[in-house]
Amino acid sequence: MVLLALACAAVLISTAALAVVVSDEARAGLIVYGVCLIASLALFSIALLALLGISDRPSAATLPLGIPWLGAHFRLDALSAFFLAVVNLGAAAASLFALGYGRHEDAPRRVLPFYPAFLAGMSIVVLADDAFTFLVSWEFMSLSSWALVMAHHRVGDNVRAGYVYLIMASFGTLALLLTFGLLAGADGGYAFADIRGAHPSTAVAASILILALIGAGSKAGLVPLHVWLPLAHPAAPSHVSALMSGVMTKVAVYGFVRIAFDLIGTPAWWWSMVVLALGGITAVMGVLYALMQHDLKRLLAYHTVENIGIIFIGLGLALAFKAHGMAWAAALALTAGLLHVFNHSIFKSLLFFGAGAVLTSTGERDMEHLGGLIHRMPQTAFVFLVGCAAISALPPLNGFVSEWLTFQAILLSPQLPSWGLKFLVPAVGALLALSAALAAACFVKAFGVTFLGRARTPAAERARETDRFSLAAMFFFAALCLVAGILPGFFIDALAPVTEGLVGDRMPVQGSVDWLSIVPIAEGRSSYNGLLVFAFMVLSGALAAWAIHRLASDKLRRAPPWDCGYPDANPATQYTASSFAQPIRRVFGSVVFHAREHVEIPPPGDGRPARLTVELRDPVWDALYAPIAGGIAFAADRLNHLQFLTIRQFLSLVFAALVLLLLVLAIWP
Amino acid sequence: MAVIFDLGVQGAQMLLVLLLAPLLTGFTRKVKARLLLRRGPPLVQPYRDLVRLMRKEVVLADNASWLFRVNPYLIFAATWVAASLVPTFRTGLLFSWSADLIAIVALLGSARFFLALAGLDVGTSFGGIGSSREVMIASLAEPAMIMIIFTLALIAGSTQLSTMAGFLVSSAVGLRVSLGLALLALIMVAIAENARIPVDNPATHLELTMVHEAMVLEYSGRHLALIELSASLKLLLYISLIACLFAPWGLVPSGGGLGLLAIGFVAYIAKLTVAGALLALFETSIAKMRVFRVPEFLGAALMLGLLATLLLFVSRSL
Repeated sequence: MVLLALACAAVLISTAALAVVVSDEARAGLIVYGVCLIASLALFSIALLALLGISDRPSAATLPLGIPWLGAHFRLDALSAFFLAVVNLGAAAASLFALGYGRHEDAPRRVLPFYPAFLAGMSIVVLADDAFTFLVSWEFMSLSSWALVMAHHRVGDNVRAGYVYLIMASFGTLALLLTFGLLAGADGGYAFADIRGAHPSTAVAASILILALIGAGSKAGLVPLHVWLPLAHPAAPSHVSALMSGVMTKVAVYGFVRIAFDLIGTPAWWWSMVVLALGGITAVMGVLYALMQHDLKRLLAYHTVENIGIIFIGLGLALAFKAHGMAWAAALALTAGLLHVFNHSIFKSLLFFGAGAVLTSTGERDMEHLGGLIHRMPQTAFVFLVGCAAISALPPLNGFVSEWLTFQAILLSPQLPSWGLKFLVPAVGALLALSAALAAACFVKAFGVTFLGRARTPAAERARETDRFSLAAMFFFAALCLVAGILPGFFIDALAPVTEGLVGDRMPVQGSVDWLSIVPIAEGRSSYNGLLVFAFMVLSGALAAWAIHRLASDKLRRAPPWDCGYPDANPATQYTASSFAQPIRRVFGSVVFHAREHVEIPPPGDGRPARLTVELRDPVWDALYAPIAGGIAFAADRLNHLQFLTIRQFLSLVFAALVLLLLVLAIWP
Repeated sequence: MAVIFDLGVQGAQMLLVLLLAPLLTGFTRKVKARLLLRRGPPLVQPYRDLVRLMRKEVVLADNASWLFRVNPYLIFAATWVAASLVPTFRTGLLFSWSADLIAIVALLGSARFFLALAGLDVGTSFGGIGSSREVMIASLAEPAMIMIIFTLALIAGSTQLSTMAGFLVSSAVGLRVSLGLALLALIMVAIAENARIPVDNPATHLELTMVHEAMVLEYSGRHLALIELSASLKLLLYISLIACLFAPWGLVPSGGGLGLLAIGFVAYIAKLTVAGALLALFETSIAKMRVFRVPEFLGAALMLGLLATLLLFVSRSL
């Protein structure tokens, strides 16, 4: 199995090489994306077969690649299979979308070679079974995605986005390098099998966890390491944005799960506190940032940060339960987190596809310049609405199921004996609830300002429906949002081998429960049936429609809007994204972002318009990154003198360094 | 046989909430009017309004989209399903296991999501003001509600509404600090969610104070009728929720005979009457607050809910 998967990845890499040659041809996009679509579908089927246990045992392979006497180890177990499935489902849909979307690309030569390489990199990361292969493929994934971020390098702020991304990615990989160094220990067995056998001491294990959180968290977008994400994700072409937000962040989650649940051994209870606190803060900060944006793609990117927070809350709870030996509860929490991984990869990709469709048909990403697109792009509007409802955790769609499971896991946590967790978990629950409610607000804004109302610019007025390939990809994911929402039991059951492997237990079998309900713990304690809720809603809506059709008047007259008697034909009088977020900015933003509003009203008789300016400060940037950048600049300034020393001074400097190093060696135990 | 009986009870419940909801709205209006020494409209006025709206033609804004026309049905469906899952006079409804309390609240969240979108659809400034304020209120009311659910679920050991009500009616509960805090928070959330004074005024048409009314400003005819009916249903839902959790006396457990059902029904009507009268009394005795005082009001509810949950995390008996 794993060899087959690697063969598919090899096909992707050779496609990348091929694309370098053919990317100037007219049909290059068709060929490259077509091959990517087929390869991703093949990889997805392999992963599905492995996950559902049709090929039983985890299959492993060692290839004579990389370091000669070590080789490259690959393994496909349940966890890898799940993430391989998530990666390639997203990749397949993105390739399908790109078959249409890619035709609008100005510089295909800057996209086509890197796209298959990026897909191959992500698939190999989840298959790697030794630290060397893992890190090399991780860097391969980072660098190919960096190249894609820089595809439109002359547009706006993209160069800065690429620069910040490069720095943060290198920093993250450095942290992961140290993680694996500590994991392998002094003897240096870098295969994952050896690492599992080595049992690091408590202090070493703790540093491993912190380093893994930094390394994987910076790629996933945990606050405060998220700063590159909202810059880089929107800068890439939209199908790549969808992959970066929907899929690559999940590869980072995979890295963390692999290290924290599998390689490191038994967790200490306080690790979960770090993960939970970070998850809770990330969830709320992410959605608050998102609410302040008016660039559609940047809003979606910030929202990824929120969902990563939700996923880490699930993972943190699972760690807590695992540390206290409550394997069945850990299985529930881990399932909730992983199900959210799957769900988020679907609706976030869908939303980025929608943003891409809007971008190609209007040339605008700024919501303040859009509006009324529901009239001109009705199908895109419909699928985008489904995505918005799913990500806002509205039943009966899929986002609700994973959040519901997370809430159920939180309700099990009073049984945890540690006092720290007793205080932290309810607070994290409140943060989770807050972020869910704010997410709904955020997507009312995103959909309402972009698609509803009246067109704010001529570009929005001239918008046309997008092409069929893009629509097919979007409709496929919208349907999946509904299916995963009304039949969640099957998806939960598919995760059982993963939780069995990582925490030693699984959730009760859901597929055989009456009426296809999901019952995470016990009947009578909690249950949810998306199928019935959906059926009830359809039934009662249809009943209302039927009754009204039979009994009430069905006359309808079009007229100008009422608007309390003062309708204004100027579309600028509508609510904008900024004005929509104003109450929330005032309630939350004044604390978090030091939001200030300045109103400038010219004196009477002066014909100039009044101006309202809003000033927001980014607390993370101010508190963390600005001091670091300042410190580096300061140090560089001071050290600048070293360039202008005489030869004697240089020689004495070298001598002093040598003595210092020898001293260190002498004192070192 | 038992299944058919259960199905009948579930159907009766769906019909009951639909029929009683306008009456409750009419009753609160009447009591409010009497407290202000007015005669007030007759009790059946809301029904008459609904019928009249149904008969009228729909005047649709020129640039209203398909979403604007579908929304009333979506909102009504979500609210009606939610309201039919809250036990009114009998617990253990046939389909009560299909959605627990978290799901019921999320269903109401769906209704609000689409209502807020409807406010933005025509592209008027009043619709926008209503929607943006509504989501601000919801962003605090929903987490407060989740915290209340946490409290109740930790006490009852279940998020199922029927199980919760069954547990709370048993004598095992007793008086608890956390329950008191949760009740207070739930009442505050219910006031905000139903757009009542002091958060919003259901009777206002003064532009700058409207929240709920501003969102539905462009609706007319049968669409408006459905929206109004949904609003009444939501009020009934919250009162039923408070009644079945904090005053569960007279609730008939599943398997109760017809006699018990009759008692339960009378008890339910009595609870609705008392709650409606109390709501009217409360609304007449307090002034509406400024919009930006609302976050403080709801923040207090959120903190009460969080405190109640924390107490239960610390000790199961508080």
